[in-house]
Amino acid sequence: MSEPILSIRNLTVEIPTRQGILRPVNGVSYDIGRGEILGVVGESGAGKSMAGNAVIGLLSPPARIAEGEIHVNGARIDQLKGDAMRRLRGKEIGMVFQDPLTSLNPLLRIGDQLTETILAHLPLSRSQAEERAVQALDEVGIPGAAERVNSYPHEFSGGMRQRVVIALALCAEPSLIIADEPTTALDVSVQAQIIALLKQLCRNRGTAVMLITHDMGVIAEAADRVAVMYAGKLVELGPVREVLTTPRHPYTDGLMGSTPLASRGKDRLHQIPGAMPRLDSLPQGCAFHPRCPYAQAQCKADPAPKLNEGEGAACWFPLPHATKVA
Amino acid sequence: MALVSVEHLTRIFDVSKPWLNRMIERRKKAFLTAVSDVSFEIEEKTVYSLVGESGSGKSTIGKMLVGLLPPSDGSVKIRDINLARETDAAKVDAVRADIQMIFQDPFASLNPRWRVRDIIVEPVAARGGETKGLAEKLLEQVGLSARDAGKFPHEFSGGQRQRICIARALASEPRLIVCDEPTSALDVSVQAQVLNLMSDLKDDLGLTYLFISHDLTVVQHISDRVGVLYLGRLVEEATPEELFDNPKHPYTQMLLAAAPKLGEFGREVPPPVGEIPDPINPPSGCAYHPRCPLANGRCKAERPQMRALRGAKVACHLAT
Repeated sequence: MSEPILSIRNLTVEIPTRQGILRPVNGVSYDIGRGEILGVVGESGAGKSMAGNAVIGLLSPPARIAEGEIHVNGARIDQLKGDAMRRLRGKEIGMVFQDPLTSLNPLLRIGDQLTETILAHLPLSRSQAEERAVQALDEVGIPGAAERVNSYPHEFSGGMRQRVVIALALCAEPSLIIADEPTTALDVSVQAQIIALLKQLCRNRGTAVMLITHDMGVIAEAADRVAVMYAGKLVELGPVREVLTTPRHPYTDGLMGSTPLASRGKDRLHQIPGAMPRLDSLPQGCAFHPRCPYAQAQCKADPAPKLNEGEGAACWFPLPHATKVA
Repeated sequence: MALVSVEHLTRIFDVSKPWLNRMIERRKKAFLTAVSDVSFEIEEKTVYSLVGESGSGKSTIGKMLVGLLPPSDGSVKIRDINLARETDAAKVDAVRADIQMIFQDPFASLNPRWRVRDIIVEPVAARGGETKGLAEKLLEQVGLSARDAGKFPHEFSGGQRQRICIARALASEPRLIVCDEPTSALDVSVQAQVLNLMSDLKDDLGLTYLFISHDLTVVQHISDRVGVLYLGRLVEEATPEELFDNPKHPYTQMLLAAAPKLGEFGREVPPPVGEIPDPINPPSGCAYHPRCPLANGRCKAERPQMRALRGAKVACHLAT
């Protein structure tokens, strides 16, 4: 791969609390190349959104980046503060949030919200910016863009609103987009439209996308590579086809097994016993070992190994060679 | 005889502006038809699922089934008793005790100031029944510990709370449980646990479920029969095998094509066009005709009736 757009090395986010320091993101490393969609999956509390927020500098205190480096287009950004970060946010990195209603200002026309962002980041006059706003809406497939710029967010349906949010993320032509559960609040048919739109924009412009979701189906269709997170750590990373069809980490395997599938018919779903541990009471050794059917003595004693060359599974006894412990 | 039979069920909501606004702005009253002429039957000890996108009326049907909303027209009969019309209080109460509901959000459906024990036995206590040891027994039945009875809801995770909701629904020994999106707020691994629990309980206790969901894969996994709703109308009804292998209504076909599939990496299909229309001014004739690739003049003019078609029922003029 050529020079990656986003490169995260050993990222650790800490939240100091009275019970001690929690690490919702713990030593995570990955790259996203030009025009690539990296899917980040995991269950609630795995740290996938926290990692996204750390990249765009939106961690709310007391959460802070404690360790590691984040590079965008070769420049280090994790130490940027205030104005410098604000210039980067929107210009280099665009963000699409889960809920399209709360991420738009209900009191401003769509066009004003777009021109505000464009004027903040691009050297254009007001009228040029307005033209650019119409263009941006047109690009995300909003019919009658020239009239719709004068509408307020409540005049749009959920799917159309999410398109506006994507237009807003794209209007300053960033090289990286972080999409945090962009389709979770949407219906299946609208979800298909939004996913197709993201893929098409990514291909046409070479934008790198970090697609955070818990839906394995969305990942399978949209992502090129997938990163699986569990309790703040990256447990598996690789090309989407390999990871989903022949998972090597027992957690990924369990996740795939608990997803209802047509081909499995009505048999009982495979279930992972227990629940994800709380961050203030992480087990010793590999965080997954109490729920893992393959766990050995070593898993209880030593923390899971690091990913080899940034890919593979962070596991002492990766599948398919591990044997079940009765 | 079917346990539940729903006939020509219709629910219309008055969404007009206040009287003064209507006078000043010269607006007419506005009515939203959430459910329009829906008929189906649920056999004892089976799982009937309703699927549809938001605004398709699936939750409204669930609420009318348990009696939380009165129907505007048509009827819901449970064991041949029409809850909305029946005047004999003893009969109504007997049927009510047979129905329970599980809601979507386990964070909003448990009273935060009550202990789990009180929450679970409430359906029995409200009828003056014997509740000693009941909560403990039910907690163990849904995979929690009897010791949990003295705790408060905030001490539990989402999946555990949904188990408490299930325990509460089981307390009055119902025969029918209406489950309104019971797993959509849960993570996949927890969803698998709750779905397995629900199907075990169904087999052990001989329960009947009306399962309301927007998730096609979950519906396919759990149901014996599936009804697809679009804009308050039932458009297709079939067994899950028939529905998923061989969908007949163009809307069902579109829905299945749009659902993300695990095995199809980098799938490129033209995404569906358009969105659900405004239910206050629904399209004439077949509600799906503005988005339907097959639609002709008849679809615009005449609303299709449900008809039997190769082991399924479909409301479409053109499906073959």
